Amino acid sequence: MQDFNPSENLKHLGKSEISAVSPPGIGKAAYTLHLADTTLLLAQRNAAWCAHGPILEQDIAITNISLDLIGQARNFYQYAATLINNEAETPQGKLMDEDRLAFERTEREFKNLLLVELPNGDWAQTITRQFLFSQYQFLLFEKLQASNDEQLAAIAAKSIKETKYHLRWSSEWILRLGDGTQESRERMLQALTELWPFTGEMFVNAAYEVAAAAAGSGVDSSLLQQEWLQNVAQLLEEATLAVPQNIFMQSGGKQGIHTEHLGYILSDMQYLQRTYPNSQW
Amino acid sequence: MVALTSIQEQKIWDILETVCDPEVPVLSILDLGIVRNVILKSNEVEIVITPTYSGCPAMDMIAMNIRFALAEQGYPRVKITSVLAPAWSSDWMTTAGKEKLKLYGIAAPDKKFEIPADGVECPQCNSTHTKLVSEFGSTACKALYQCQECSEPFDYFKCH
Repeated sequence: MQDFNPSENLKHLGKSEISAVSPPGIGKAAYTLHLADTTLLLAQRNAAWCAHGPILEQDIAITNISLDLIGQARNFYQYAATLINNEAETPQGKLMDEDRLAFERTEREFKNLLLVELPNGDWAQTITRQFLFSQYQFLLFEKLQASNDEQLAAIAAKSIKETKYHLRWSSEWILRLGDGTQESRERMLQALTELWPFTGEMFVNAAYEVAAAAAGSGVDSSLLQQEWLQNVAQLLEEATLAVPQNIFMQSGGKQGIHTEHLGYILSDMQYLQRTYPNSQW
Repeated sequence: MVALTSIQEQKIWDILETVCDPEVPVLSILDLGIVRNVILKSNEVEIVITPTYSGCPAMDMIAMNIRFALAEQGYPRVKITSVLAPAWSSDWMTTAGKEKLKLYGIAAPDKKFEIPADGVECPQCNSTHTKLVSEFGSTACKALYQCQECSEPFDYFKCH
């Protein structure tokens, strides 16, 4: 996939095609939005398990994780809104806020990882995704805590305490199902095959990640890959599973080029605000 | 003037002591350790709070209850600031808070169980013959247990 630069591309579009809330392309706001979007989409996906979990305790666990992720996403969105409001004259004189960023942007403006927009699948797929993501998020936040941007560092330091729970919980499930019955093991293998092509993207920097890392405010994602793979491989082996080999890696989410699944989840998530603009809870 | 300010500030801390956590109403927000600072200004009072967990849904209600409590006592102009750093820790819970939790039927954070595991002391019968049911409980800050002696299910307020 060629590197897609949204701000460059938008120059060729008619002005009417550019959303009023289109954020800048490579600034710190874009980096913060990427972190926010990824966290929100996974929260939204996990929340769909509410009242559908395999047993009550696990229903509560996955929705608790969803709640943590929504909280983290809110912190990132609030900060992104502040950055956008400080950065330029605001569109239509209206101040940006966390809700507008979550509910008024379109698919092409979302910068989340493809992994988190995929459907939940079965329980095996949901917990496998959570594990692959939490392992990544843990390593990311470990480094982001040292950001020279005080607010990003604070959000990371706060969030990593929660990520540790998510990682421990999902790791236990990987072991339980991988080294479980024949049925559960087959489902885990299926989940890994399904999800693995979407893991490579985590470690390929977008332009805003390169810029943020160079400025000391963000993390160079490529530096996380080795440890991530090592930790994932170790647990998979313990669970009698293995890292899929020679898989073609998908990409594009960080640049706003998504799978067909994102449009559906956004239309669901944004429905109320789009139908009744500015309605309040 | 200095003395007057500190008397005023003490009064505000006393008012904040009357504001409870809506999800664990036996704890005041001071017991919980989420009030980080009280700043007296010429025309308003600023209260600095920090969330326990990123997604704690009680924070908005807590902020509202702080406003109500202060307004009732003659402080209508209140600014509430939420900070994330340093991140809240259950170590900030007061000893009095931990005792109140136990009386309420919730096991208090225990350093021996940084990672929830079997054996947290039952708040009902004090047995340590207890079983971890789930690391995630009725709210983000609690894990679910069951006592193997008295059979009572109970919440454990996690170390965080």
